[in-house]
Amino acid sequence: MSEQPHISIRGVTMAYGPRLIQRDLSFDVNRGDIFVIMGGSGCGKSTLLKHMLGLIQPAAGDILYNGKSFTRADPASRDAMRRGWGITYQSGGLFSSMTVGENVTLPMQLYTRYSEAEIRDVVNYKLALVGLAGYQSYYPSEISGGMRKRAALARAIALDPDILFFDEPSAGLDPISSSLLDELIVQLKESIGATVVMVTHELPSIFSIANNSVYLDANSKTMIAYGNPRELRDHSDQPVVRQFLAREASAAAENAQ
Amino acid sequence: MNPQAPAYELIEDAPHALRLTLSGDWVQAQAIPDFPALRSELLALSPEQLAVDGSSLGEWDSLLMAFLLQCHSFCSAEQIPFAAHNLPGSANRLLEVATAVPSHQRPQEVRPPLLERLNPLVALRSLWADLRESVAFLGDLGIGLARLVSGRANTRFSDFRHFCYQAGPDAFAIISLTSILVGMILAYLGAVQLKLFGAEIYVADLVLIGMLREMGVLMTAVVMAGRTGAAYAAQLGTMQTNEEIDAITTMGVSPVEFLVLPRVLALLVMLPLLTIYADLLGVIGGAIVAGGMGITMLQYSAQIQDAISLTHFMVGLSKSLVFAVLIAVAGCRSGMQSGRGSAAVGNAATDAVVTAIVYLIVADAAMNIFYQQLGI
Repeated sequence: MSEQPHISIRGVTMAYGPRLIQRDLSFDVNRGDIFVIMGGSGCGKSTLLKHMLGLIQPAAGDILYNGKSFTRADPASRDAMRRGWGITYQSGGLFSSMTVGENVTLPMQLYTRYSEAEIRDVVNYKLALVGLAGYQSYYPSEISGGMRKRAALARAIALDPDILFFDEPSAGLDPISSSLLDELIVQLKESIGATVVMVTHELPSIFSIANNSVYLDANSKTMIAYGNPRELRDHSDQPVVRQFLAREASAAAENAQ
Repeated sequence: MNPQAPAYELIEDAPHALRLTLSGDWVQAQAIPDFPALRSELLALSPEQLAVDGSSLGEWDSLLMAFLLQCHSFCSAEQIPFAAHNLPGSANRLLEVATAVPSHQRPQEVRPPLLERLNPLVALRSLWADLRESVAFLGDLGIGLARLVSGRANTRFSDFRHFCYQAGPDAFAIISLTSILVGMILAYLGAVQLKLFGAEIYVADLVLIGMLREMGVLMTAVVMAGRTGAAYAAQLGTMQTNEEIDAITTMGVSPVEFLVLPRVLALLVMLPLLTIYADLLGVIGGAIVAGGMGITMLQYSAQIQDAISLTHFMVGLSKSLVFAVLIAVAGCRSGMQSGRGSAAVGNAATDAVVTAIVYLIVADAAMNIFYQQLGI
């Protein structure tokens, strides 16, 4: 492959002090991928995402974006790299003291040279993209959980990012809302051409939208599978991964004993 | 490659069939055409159909999409058929996604007419409602207390001990500082006046009586309202936000017994102790100033011994009990009734401190009048 991977994880070890979370993680996320970080509860999925976002420093190894080291970058260039990202957090991360419209407006006020009127129009457009047109004046507490997730998505795409990060996008949503959200993620990804990285263990969304993935194992504390989740389900040499993806709870329980 | 200025042109292909051609680079930092201008043109021409042609479009970003979305919404509002041709593929898709869900209309809130909002009766009624809520909260607290006394309450001793530690020993440093300074301030205040009569020695009486009856307890209570009252409101408000209070209620445990009682009792025990400590340090602060005025320690302490009486001490102590309940109730009530979200918790904490200080001053004045009438 001649094309440079969009994100590269090189020998990353994650630890909270002496407590090791995961070690020797090395994988690539290609441009335009919908990449899923999978694994059982407590294996360090969200921790890995926080490392990729630079909220936590890796204990060892490097994370590269477009071939440039993020881990070793100085704070100013880190901020510049982060500007090309859109992030939605597990519980949305919307500012509760601002209306939905103000939440989406904020990044544009900070980082673009749009005029007031342009910002207003673009905010309307971004909210229309996530199906929330007309909800500008609502506070996050006045809308439902699914709408909050979509509002957070509107804020994440405010600056037309290259990479979209999602931490459990469909956690706490009903199957219909969660599949609508998945569909929306795919549509947006295709139209704005972004790379999507998400942490999830919702099997339906993994199979319907992901085309690349990594599986973190809690016992051996490292990654044990990498590739398209559909292929991993059928052909992985790791029984744990096949069980996880085929949802064989009883077999997994047997294994644990 | 120089960016080209973005522009649009309206062409009438057939009678009442308009074509909107877009050209140039519709990106940030370019002078993007205003939709309102196009809107008035469209209104003047009143077309029966509108087709957007993007064949000579250069670079584009969200600004183009925002413009197109406005065109689309205008057409659907005016019931004009809208079509888009030769747009870049992804722009077409984005427009489809953006127009998939119709815009939501926020229901109009009915604002009461001006006359009604200015009506003093309405304000009075809301004050009455507020007062009733306070009384109801006190009632709940009373019920909880009664259950505690009869040994049926779900109040944990470990919680009580924890809050005692927070409200007592943790506050020592700040109470030490404020009470020494208040003692000194009282002494200075008296020194100037008493010197006129050559009665400097009575500074000791002034400081002692002032601290014991009034300043010791009031300053301690104000500091604790800002420190502990606000903390109570923030803790309970955050618990409300995290649905912890709902969890406690559905476990069949009364939140008043489980959360409020230990806090109120902790402050009820600690505030009198802190007041005694503050009184002592205030008198020492007075001694420092008295020493500076040429009164010896021996004179000062002899004068203090003459002036001290159990009555003054008990007046201060009785006030501290009342103040403790007021601070804890104001803090816990604001926290329990807090809304959900970070802004609401902030409001609850502010509310707790403001209410507590108002309560304190009103109660202090009332108790002073009461004791005055009794001649204590």
